[in-house]
Amino acid sequence: MNGGAAKIWALHLGVLAALLAAQAVLPAYHAGNLARIMVLAVYAMGFNIAFGYTGLLSLGHALFFGAGLYGMGMPVALAGWGAGAGLVAGLAAGGGLALAVGLLALRRAGVSFMIVTLMFAQAGYLTILYYTPYTRGEEGIVIDRAARVLMGLDLSQDATRYCAALALFAAALLVNLALVRSPFGRVMVAMRENEERSRMLGYDPFRVKLAALVLSGLYAGAAGAAYGLLFGYVGAGFASIQYSILPLLYVLLGGAGTVLGPFLGAALMFYLIDLASGVTTAHLLVVGAALLVLVLFAPKGILGTLRDRGLTWLP
Amino acid sequence: MTPRLTGPTPSRRRVLGGLAASGAALALPARFASAQSAAPIRLGFQLHRTGIGAAYGRWYERTAQAALKLVNEGGGINGRPVEIVFEDDGTDPRRGAEVLEKFAGPSGCDAVFGALFSHVVVGTAPRAGELKMPYLVCSEGHHVASGSLNRWTLQPGITDVKSQVQAMAPWISQTLGKKVTMIFPDYAFGHDHRDAFAPAIRAAGGEVIAQIAIPPTETSFTRYLPRIPAGTEVIYHVMVGPAVLTFVKELGEFYGSGARPEIFGFVDSLEAVEFASPGLEFLEGTHFWEGHCRYLQPDAGEHERPYRAAVGVDDSGASLADARDISTYGHMFSVWETLFILKAGMEAAGYRGPADRQKLVEAIEAMTEMPYSLEHPQGAKTFNGKTHQVFGLQYISKVEGGRLARVHTTSLEDGMYPDEVDYTAMSF
Repeated sequence: MNGGAAKIWALHLGVLAALLAAQAVLPAYHAGNLARIMVLAVYAMGFNIAFGYTGLLSLGHALFFGAGLYGMGMPVALAGWGAGAGLVAGLAAGGGLALAVGLLALRRAGVSFMIVTLMFAQAGYLTILYYTPYTRGEEGIVIDRAARVLMGLDLSQDATRYCAALALFAAALLVNLALVRSPFGRVMVAMRENEERSRMLGYDPFRVKLAALVLSGLYAGAAGAAYGLLFGYVGAGFASIQYSILPLLYVLLGGAGTVLGPFLGAALMFYLIDLASGVTTAHLLVVGAALLVLVLFAPKGILGTLRDRGLTWLP
Repeated sequence: MTPRLTGPTPSRRRVLGGLAASGAALALPARFASAQSAAPIRLGFQLHRTGIGAAYGRWYERTAQAALKLVNEGGGINGRPVEIVFEDDGTDPRRGAEVLEKFAGPSGCDAVFGALFSHVVVGTAPRAGELKMPYLVCSEGHHVASGSLNRWTLQPGITDVKSQVQAMAPWISQTLGKKVTMIFPDYAFGHDHRDAFAPAIRAAGGEVIAQIAIPPTETSFTRYLPRIPAGTEVIYHVMVGPAVLTFVKELGEFYGSGARPEIFGFVDSLEAVEFASPGLEFLEGTHFWEGHCRYLQPDAGEHERPYRAAVGVDDSGASLADARDISTYGHMFSVWETLFILKAGMEAAGYRGPADRQKLVEAIEAMTEMPYSLEHPQGAKTFNGKTHQVFGLQYISKVEGGRLARVHTTSLEDGMYPDEVDYTAMSF
């Protein structure tokens, strides 16, 4: 292992170790927040695979997050499935929908791709509302506590919830790290940087981008399913446009094309809202101002800027 | 003249104490405790300050502040001052749950109340159950009484849609017409109307001949209005959100000056909206459900004026400070009443701190009759501890001269229906 790789593994494993220790150190409120942030970070990591590494700016990722949420929630709530089967169903729903959307939307690029993904997501959101007798639409469904037991672990308990969120986050982070350091990960970046040159080198842009989008959908689906199981609620609001924008903000804030950027962005955004709301009723103005500052002074996000200014080894 | 809290009673403190004694303590052994601590009781308020519920949130905050002032003037709760911690939930279910966690954690709140929108309530309730936090909602949704939530979630300050609709259907059928077209938001609140009204009007001899569901994010409604069948005798509308004024205006433009069916609306369609707004002239002669009459009625009860003065609302339902700032008068009483129920419950339970939260829930479950008083200015109510749902009076008003005049008041019994759940049989 060379020096760069050692640093990379030390940093990422160190973050996971710190998160493991945080549960014992932090007050229950902040531990609960971290559990939520880790799940949302998995979602943002998925978005980052498509956007940050492959250059696919999607405005429809809420569709995949919502697919994971409802893919888990509907069978659990309506058919009495167990949490494990629900989790797999959510994962499959996220990946499956990403495949279907990718097959159609990847025929377009740039702004057209954004618009097509946005339209698909809106169609998905309205579909959830249309089938309200089953989905309970905007109001949503409560996932019964009895159904939130995975391998004998009660996910409604704070400590278990945290560990489950950390396990998911750790798996997602390590897979993400391995992916971006793999030959395929480099091809993804090549697509982002210069699609035509990549094609000339013999790579099929459509296949690469489709694979990246499906991976992204699997991440989003896993995050959606986990969110429903860990917090006991499934609602159409999670499939709305707002939840397509959120991972974009997380990634831009933390650093697009960095493995830890989505987590950092999700955590900062969460606490920015949380702390600002305790100080002023105009907390959304504070968030907006913070994003403006970011765009003006650190357009590559926090970790992206750090990478430019010395931490060149940062994946 | 100094407003009195209740008719015959001589002092405010005595009235507030009496409320606890006569309500909850009737069925639960009194556990009044002397104040062990001067530390304030802290109540979390899940406030729709931003998002789709912002128009309500602004007034819910004012109402809560007014009720808080009265509670503290009356000696607080169990001799302790009361504080309310307001947190914006963005009318968003995820943020709603996060805010509840904040109340339970760093804010150190003893109980939480105030949420109106159904998705926020349903998204928050699981966390309330897990954190064992008394969660008193003001949402009107049937989700509490239907049994889909948990033992820690109660709705003691406002009736649910099922009860409202059931109470009014006979009057609609007998007075306005029997063939009804419903226009409602394609949203759980609207679905409660859809699901409850059809059987209620059928039982009253009428029928629903069309149901037009409109997505809550819709901003123009003209394409929906031609779906109203020609044989419609009554249009039943209930809309929420920022586009309500557009909806009502476009309904007026659709019919123009020609013949139109009778129109029965829920005041939700016009909460925080001035009835004298241009384009609403066609509402003259139409009818509305009101949870609480926006315009001061000639025969208003003795507690109506003191309540209006306290919450800062004039005789027309507008802010005393700005006549253009129209209140959400038809609903905001729920916040006021819920705070007094929390007070009564805490006093009946001898509440000292978070370890007594279960006792608080049990004390509220033990409540039954809630007589008309300054603590319940909307009207007398009956609380069903098994279903965690209160039942109360409903008002039907007619637009006359650009104002709403009450023409009918339902009885408590009109809105009652068989229990669908027994939360008291559930574990904590």
